[in-house]
Amino acid sequence: MKTLDGEPTLITAGADLFADAAQAQAARVVRVDWAPPMPGTEADLAAVMGDPRRAGANAEALRRVASARALLVDVVPAREALGLADRQLLHAGPPIEWARTSGPMQGALLGAAAFEGLVADPADAAAYYERGEFTLEPCHHHSAVGPMAGVLSASMWVWVLEDPQTGRRAYCSLNEGLGKVLRYGAYSPEVLDRLRWMATVLGPALQLAVRGHGPVDITAILAQMVQMGDEAHNRNRAGTLMLLRELGPDLVEAGLPSADVAAVLRFVGGNDHFFLNLAMPACKLALDGARGIAGSTMVVAMARNGTDFGIQVAGTGDDWFTGPAQVPDGLYLGDYGPEDANPDIGDSAITETIGLGGFAMAAAPAIVRFVGGTVSDALANTRRMYEITLGEHPAFAVPVLDFRGTPLGIDVTKVVRTAILPQINTGMAGKIAGTGQVGAGLVTPPAEAFGTALRALAARVPR
Amino acid sequence: MTAEAIMAVEHVEARQGAYADSVTLMQVSRRVAAADGVSAALVAMGTPLNLDLLDGMGFATPAGAGPNDLVIALRAEDAAAIAGALTEVADALAARPGGGDGPVAALPPRTVGMAAREAGAALALISVPGQHAFTEAMDALDAGCNVMIFSDNVPVEQEIRLKDVASDRGLLVLGPDCGTAVVGGIGLGFAHTVAPGPVGIVAASGTGAQQVLCLLDAAGVGVTAALGVGGRDLSAAVGGRSTLAALDVLDRDPATEQILVISKPPADEVAATVRAHADRLGTPVQFALLGPGQPDLTAATEELLRALKVDVPQWPHWPGREVAPRRGALVGLFAGGTLCDEAMLIAGERFGPIASNIPLQPQWRVDPRAEWDGRHVLLDFGDDELTAGRPHPMIDPSLRLERLAAYGTDPRTAVLLLDVVLGHGAHPDPAAELAPVIAELGGPAVVVSLIGAKADPQDLSAQAAALRGAGAHVYVSNAAAARFACDLIGSTS
Repeated sequence: MKTLDGEPTLITAGADLFADAAQAQAARVVRVDWAPPMPGTEADLAAVMGDPRRAGANAEALRRVASARALLVDVVPAREALGLADRQLLHAGPPIEWARTSGPMQGALLGAAAFEGLVADPADAAAYYERGEFTLEPCHHHSAVGPMAGVLSASMWVWVLEDPQTGRRAYCSLNEGLGKVLRYGAYSPEVLDRLRWMATVLGPALQLAVRGHGPVDITAILAQMVQMGDEAHNRNRAGTLMLLRELGPDLVEAGLPSADVAAVLRFVGGNDHFFLNLAMPACKLALDGARGIAGSTMVVAMARNGTDFGIQVAGTGDDWFTGPAQVPDGLYLGDYGPEDANPDIGDSAITETIGLGGFAMAAAPAIVRFVGGTVSDALANTRRMYEITLGEHPAFAVPVLDFRGTPLGIDVTKVVRTAILPQINTGMAGKIAGTGQVGAGLVTPPAEAFGTALRALAARVPR
Repeated sequence: MTAEAIMAVEHVEARQGAYADSVTLMQVSRRVAAADGVSAALVAMGTPLNLDLLDGMGFATPAGAGPNDLVIALRAEDAAAIAGALTEVADALAARPGGGDGPVAALPPRTVGMAAREAGAALALISVPGQHAFTEAMDALDAGCNVMIFSDNVPVEQEIRLKDVASDRGLLVLGPDCGTAVVGGIGLGFAHTVAPGPVGIVAASGTGAQQVLCLLDAAGVGVTAALGVGGRDLSAAVGGRSTLAALDVLDRDPATEQILVISKPPADEVAATVRAHADRLGTPVQFALLGPGQPDLTAATEELLRALKVDVPQWPHWPGREVAPRRGALVGLFAGGTLCDEAMLIAGERFGPIASNIPLQPQWRVDPRAEWDGRHVLLDFGDDELTAGRPHPMIDPSLRLERLAAYGTDPRTAVLLLDVVLGHGAHPDPAAELAPVIAELGGPAVVVSLIGAKADPQDLSAQAAALRGAGAHVYVSNAAAARFACDLIGSTS
């Protein structure tokens, strides 16, 4: 026993009396600010904490996520990449049926149906969805992720990311920009026009550039952008510029009309969020590596469909654990206010799931005021996230925390024990279909999702 | 109402080259929109998105406004409100958040695992309520920490699981329900300030360890470590898991010359296993496994001193008020379960069955809250049943004081036997609470076993003097106190 000799360090949880007594004897004492776990979880916690597989399973989950690499290898239509059929549409978040979808989700689905030419007028599509003639499935069920409404249809072009060690792939649409865009539920003619341009000009141009360039190391860009003030969810400015730097020359050499090249460069350069759609699948790709590790309590996905917030856990397969999505707390565009905002929506919380976004606030001082003010708050926020994570990302270093890695691997048991919920940075969609973005802010998942996930983990502990 | 009163006034301007980031501008917009008389406000860079928003809010787009221009659009009830809002815009744009003096320092850890991540593997002392102790203890083991679990009311399956995990990882679990340990020279839980020395203690008994530590202290002998393994460790269910591990730890420690294993009455087969294990060690092992025919704690300590070639001292004793033997019952009110066991074994040899809430034989059990029938009775106030939801009697003497007054004025009581335990974690001045009650009793003799070391914060001799002053007979040896108490009871036959 190490503590038999030398200066003992004591960690105390519980009565301060004993910490005081040890300190009075000149022991080094670290006091835990302990509080009881979420009510009613004691038995499930004990069962899961006692699972002999847990420590090894979580170590393996961490290893797989931390060692994953995401290379951008291609840009192709979703039809080709995901095998999507004409009447098959993917959406963000856990599974949902049309009747329960929120305004922005409906708006995006209506717009996508029109974009695919399934209906002439977006409004006509509602009846098809009601009758179940267009199938709806989560992006997550197809190795894909979609920001906000996250609607993907066959003709939309997607980024193809691959992990060279496992050959696993993940996909995401191309970012449309801000404001009135499909992912925020807008579907006016200008929105559809932009989607058509993206499918006919942007996608093919990027395909030529990527194929000309060869694989682009997205994980490396993520690591650099974290050191350049991006947290890869609400701020992707450095990432977008680094992508342009990589692909610009190949785009120029692709033999396209100069007007198209200029339009693509303008579009990408004029949209600070362009890289978000590469950050997200890179996170998805890494986290998918930990799926299905029996006994692991690591969260592998957090996603919202505008109605429900769902999480998935490494040790419980593809089951979703859900609760009602909350309305974010944040700042509003124009004269929009909280009454205009839809509850939380999008697969983009995959960035928080890997420890970027709200978990990496300390790395992104330029956006910390979303937290409510100061850089200190951002530091505290990131530090608080270490409490609920299993480890630290070896590649994503936060300069202001002395290059400590970002908090990695949300642990269901730690969330339940501390009642600290994952902090998510997010955009806000208008709750009426067709509105578009109304603001951006902070949100947390519903606590009950973690309680039910813990219960499911407890039920799977071998007796 | 005139038409003028409901007419809104608008102000739209584009300031060239006045950049501010979008978050700042959203904050400014929010602040200005909330100003008196303002019904709509947008302060934003003139990006296509924001010009769209401007249009949506019913404002005219200022001519030539581009992405590098700051657009200010205001709608208010009158010109004065517009002027006020513009001042507000200027103030808001000039303001810089105070920042920098916030909570930059590290936050206190919220779990044992987090504490270990920051401080390195250490000894984790867990005293959270019993139903939560397993979670924290397992977290500590996961973090590579040895664990001392002070908490009681931990289910025995959880104890076994923790001890098995610890064994797999080469770690030690002290407890649960481990009241006392001395590790690295630091007394933990209820502990005494004792000197370093050649003795290693393994104790499935907190107060048993305290008694031995204090007797060794009185003899001028110190310890390498005292490892409390929890009161159930030598039960049939737990099977001595931590006792065996602790023996190995002490055996590997070159400073440990003699080991003493202390326990309340153990399961016979477990005791045999532990004895067999001890025989294979390089370090000599003595046993104080309380039970009929076994040495009491004082006798075992004396044996240990002889093995160390140290003279056995006269154990300190402060005689109280002279009393003649009196007929009636022996009433013991204990804070330490092992001290209670030891006294029951000694009294049982004289008087036969002793009623108790922790009886030596199941059929001798009494409900500690039930009406007393006048039999010899020794109660343990530190038992789980009486501590659930309240502090241990070594910290909070109130329940015991109440019973002391009740038994002490009952004519059926011949002698009152009490333990008083000093040291870290215990009440800062127990004699101050007890002495006035004892002094009031008058009838029965009061005998106290005072478990304390010379350097304890309460001052052993001052405590003894105060108790003696109230009329009590005070012994540092619990066995001696119990024998004296029995001697004071006249024959009932």
